[in-house]
Amino acid sequence: MSVVALKPYDFPAKDVRANFPAPLLYIGWEDHLLFCAPVALPLPADTPFGALAQAVLPGVYGYHPDFANIDWDAVQWFKSGQPWTPDPAKSLEENGLKHKDVIRFRTPGLTGIAGTCS
Amino acid sequence: MDAPVTKKKLGLKERYIAMTRDLAWDTTYQPMDKVFPYDKYEGIKIHDWDKWEDPFRLTMDAYWKYQGEKEKKLYAVIEAFAQNNGQLSISDARYVNALKLFIQGVVPLEYYAHRGFAHVGRHFTGPGARVASQMQAVDELRHFQTETHALSHYNKYFNGMHKSNHWFDRVWYLSVPKSFFEDALSSGPFEFLTAVSFSFEYVLTNLLFVPFMSGAAHNGDMSTVTFGFSAQSDESRHMTLGIECIKFMLEQDPANVPIVQGWIDKWFWRGYRVLSLVAMMQDYMLPKRVMSWKEAWEMYAEQNGGALFRDLARYGIREPKGWKQACEGKDHISHQAWNTFYNYCAAAPFHTWIPKEDEMQWLSEKYPDTFDQYYRPRLEHLREQQEQGNRFYNKTLPMLCTTCQIPMVFTEPGDATKICYRESDYEGDKYHFCSDGCKEIFDHEPEKYIQAWLPVHQIYQGNCFKPGVDPTAEGFDPLAAVLDWYEMEVGRDNFDFEGSEDQKNFAAWRGEELPGATQGAK
Repeated sequence: MSVVALKPYDFPAKDVRANFPAPLLYIGWEDHLLFCAPVALPLPADTPFGALAQAVLPGVYGYHPDFANIDWDAVQWFKSGQPWTPDPAKSLEENGLKHKDVIRFRTPGLTGIAGTCS
Repeated sequence: MDAPVTKKKLGLKERYIAMTRDLAWDTTYQPMDKVFPYDKYEGIKIHDWDKWEDPFRLTMDAYWKYQGEKEKKLYAVIEAFAQNNGQLSISDARYVNALKLFIQGVVPLEYYAHRGFAHVGRHFTGPGARVASQMQAVDELRHFQTETHALSHYNKYFNGMHKSNHWFDRVWYLSVPKSFFEDALSSGPFEFLTAVSFSFEYVLTNLLFVPFMSGAAHNGDMSTVTFGFSAQSDESRHMTLGIECIKFMLEQDPANVPIVQGWIDKWFWRGYRVLSLVAMMQDYMLPKRVMSWKEAWEMYAEQNGGALFRDLARYGIREPKGWKQACEGKDHISHQAWNTFYNYCAAAPFHTWIPKEDEMQWLSEKYPDTFDQYYRPRLEHLREQQEQGNRFYNKTLPMLCTTCQIPMVFTEPGDATKICYRESDYEGDKYHFCSDGCKEIFDHEPEKYIQAWLPVHQIYQGNCFKPGVDPTAEGFDPLAAVLDWYEMEVGRDNFDFEGSEDQKNFAAWRGEELPGATQGAK
């Protein structure tokens, strides 16, 4: 479907890749809704995927008592909701991540404050 | 025209006709379609504008008289409230945060409504609809002014109100009501009336007004109560315009039905999402509670709204598409919204806090199926951390829904432990949504929503810093730069209520001890 308009309706998209200093990546931690929403981060395409766990996520999720207990080898990843196996040694781009992709991770055995997914 | 001898005074009905419908004429120097370019292109077919009913039969001169009387009464109360230091009689300084949300997020909508109704009041070809819209345009301007005047007294004593107009165009969560209204304003006139007069004013407005106005009464805020009374008679006129507009479109042509149904689906969902802010205010921000959001939803939406859509069924209209999901959400959205502001209140010009124990108890009673299971453990953990001086402030910007612009905080239908993610691909880019409702709205008009000014994205694009700020400089603090651009007073407007200047001042003015302070500020 499209907009019903009196004249041609064609305006640029505000959030195309070229408007950002780096591609945006959305990241959510499953079962941990103490963090009210997934986060948005501009991350250079050549960032190694493994740097997420080492350098990026501690600043985002480190407040949670579960965070220190994450076994990163056991973590399950999802891309657009589908199970997905990234290579931590390769870059975000080499792992196929594009501008405005959304990934989530599940940490088996860790289900938030008092097991309530908080 | 003949000039027969008439009686000097017109009857009410004649007077109404003379001063409303008879003021319209068909243009002859220019074609009507050129003078009124907007009232056909949406596809709504109108065969006879004279069938438009106006139950109020109000003429402009009578309108001025009534409104003038209401103003006199209202300003007398506002004046007395100020003279008597009414701000000291409210239940608790936390209450003022509901007023902050109101002046930041609702008052500017009155002005938008004024512009919207002035526009459609110019562009309909039917005089009945034009006059009703023009009067409403004046009403809305009056509401904007009287609300500003009533609340300006609080602004002298409390933080979080001093830049409300400036914030409306900039602060992240205010893009939720702002984008809602800009979506309506940039629609055609019939969609605008369906959006604002019907879906918002007729179906959902009680959910906005009742909690704010009864909430004000329960919490000793007579100034806001009086404003509410003053606006009430206007609101009933506005609701009448909403239902009349819908019935008129549906009766004029059967081809209008699917168009109107699509708008009802869209605008019910848009309005419902905006009301998340009200849900949270009602359950968490009123120290003396009126009723829970869930109770209000059951009374005003499920009962009244349910009856309305049964009534409209004879035209072929069904209940809005997202209705069932909205009803399920009554157990969750206030808690999810409050957690959002608890997370991000370093970047919001109002305070949040952990409810007191008796307030938690109230929430447990009002939400027996969800509060203890999902939300209480989270709040208790946060309280414990806060008491240890480790108050949580989320410092990473959230992912937003492209349509409603609320952070992606809402959970899957049927599973309150999973965030609901939806996405669409359009012209090589991904777009993300909080719900099926918001995704469908986008998919229907993607060209419109790809232009969305999403605050988080704008910050990352570097558009939310003051001129001359260099984001590449050593030690650049993006959050501080954004708050500077907001013109928020950091440490006064934001952070937890515990330890705030509002809390300290209010206690001092009333000669009260500060409660055994749990330290909030970071």
